[in-house]
Amino acid sequence: MVSPAAGGRGPRRSRRSVRRESRRAEFVLGSLASVSLVVLGLVFFSLLREALPLFRHYPAAEFFTGLEWRPTSVDQRFGLVPLLTGSLLVTVGAAVIAVPFGVAVALFVSEVAPARVREFLKPCLELLAAIPSVVYGFIGLTVVSPLLRDVFGLSSGLSALNGSILLAVMALPTIVTLSEDALRAVPESYRAASLAMGASRWETMVHVTLPAARSGVTAAVMLGLGRVIGETMAVLMVTGNAAQITFDIFDSVRTMTATVAAEMAETPWGTPHYHALFSVGATLFMITFAVNMVADFLLRKEAR
Amino acid sequence: MCTGRTTLGLALVVLLVGGALAGCGPGTAADGEGTGGTLVVRGSDTLVNLSAAWAEAFMEANPGVQVSVSGGGSSTGFAGLIEGSVDLATASREVNDFERQALIDRGTPPVEHVVAVDAVTMIVHPSNPVRELTMSQLADILTGQVTNWADVGGPDLAITIYSRETSSGTYAFVRERVMGNKDYAASARLLPSTYAIIEAVAQDRGGIGYVGMGYVTDAVVALKVAGDEASEPVEATVENVTSGAYPLARNLFIYSAGEPGPLAKAFIEFCTSETGRAITEEMGFVPPAGGR
Repeated sequence: MVSPAAGGRGPRRSRRSVRRESRRAEFVLGSLASVSLVVLGLVFFSLLREALPLFRHYPAAEFFTGLEWRPTSVDQRFGLVPLLTGSLLVTVGAAVIAVPFGVAVALFVSEVAPARVREFLKPCLELLAAIPSVVYGFIGLTVVSPLLRDVFGLSSGLSALNGSILLAVMALPTIVTLSEDALRAVPESYRAASLAMGASRWETMVHVTLPAARSGVTAAVMLGLGRVIGETMAVLMVTGNAAQITFDIFDSVRTMTATVAAEMAETPWGTPHYHALFSVGATLFMITFAVNMVADFLLRKEAR
Repeated sequence: MCTGRTTLGLALVVLLVGGALAGCGPGTAADGEGTGGTLVVRGSDTLVNLSAAWAEAFMEANPGVQVSVSGGGSSTGFAGLIEGSVDLATASREVNDFERQALIDRGTPPVEHVVAVDAVTMIVHPSNPVRELTMSQLADILTGQVTNWADVGGPDLAITIYSRETSSGTYAFVRERVMGNKDYAASARLLPSTYAIIEAVAQDRGGIGYVGMGYVTDAVVALKVAGDEASEPVEATVENVTSGAYPLARNLFIYSAGEPGPLAKAFIEFCTSETGRAITEEMGFVPPAGGR
């Protein structure tokens, strides 16, 4: 591979210089990789630094268990619970829509579709990920919202369900692509064995291939949902942002991301409200971090 | 090795120069006042369209002058004044104690100029037969005490409240003037813009929302408001706002940090000049009283 001239010091390079070079390359790559770790650490550190001062003015217990979010009220209250349930409701709604749909599409693409269809379908699905979320929000506002109102007879289509639908579409590319990879990683011999035992293609798909790829598919779902729980613009535009505790998917909710996005720009620096928004951000960070860790753990289990 | 060091050096120079330029940013904006070049105006979303119209006419009348106008909310404008990144702040509320103190600490106490009067208009869906409400009925609706239109003389239909976001000056004004500083109902939907509120109310037969008088469109109906049970319901019109009969009117301000510079002063005077007042009315606001 290495041409003799490239060394510059003669026709052959000593073993030591090669070793030194490879050590240098390892060092460069290693330090580049650790940059991302350092950035992650710094983000978390600066979040905490701005979040923790809240608890000097406001008891931590009231922040984590408070039932009301009234940041600019005369009697300010920073209760996380309505925002947490809001994010939860929208995300669970998105999961209920996206998981069956995403896994079904992945099964189709990996097990059923002829090669030509697959080559067309996959880029199309991946293109969904390239649409900016504000465009999704606009579609939610002008198309999905009136549709939901008419179909379900609601007073307003600005609801958790609207957010869930948009987020489900946004999670699909991740779920489909990663699930498909997991399904394709199932050894061909499994399918052959199942078919040889007299199982139909459908039975093979549902009872053999899918269970074999289970942890990879689960990880795909979690990564997809980890992405949407942090999604901001679309939910800000279509969920109505009422800070109430509700588990009615047709009602309006205020998510953690929408709260930070809507309030941060106009909150004076250093006020309790400012620190409370950072606390919301830090909580969100930890939730997303945990979801990604679990997904990563499942993927690694799969690889073993 | 040698080229590597040169690149690094170059990058450093770029960083330093960039940093120095960025540092200059706010300074030049403030200095602009004196030289008569540019004027940076930021603040209230309620005032942003009107300020832009004033700025356009002002630039036409004074060639070579640049006025840049942006919104973001009254608090954004005051934050800009405190940082020194804007020359003038537009506001739909008075400066608060915190902001006033910060400006005094800077050596430039805020100076207030009333440039227009706005009426906050309550809007409902055109199919809703309710055409007038008293202030106490409005308070009951917005705080969530009354949740059905039947309780205020309308059809048996659930009420949905559409409000501006918590940082809006109008949100604070309605809470203070209508609701006596009680909280909005938790079910109130907080929408990010006036446009979104009109859009939502136009789609919701049981909806009620509030917007500035200048923003009402044919897609919604503006309610008459009575100060109390004894008084006549009043429509939000220029005459009723000027006479003080409409209960939901408020002053709109431009603030400067300290006395305004010559260009800023000229701009503020332009806003309440004959031309400025004509623009104010054209944009659906009311010129301030006693300026004529």
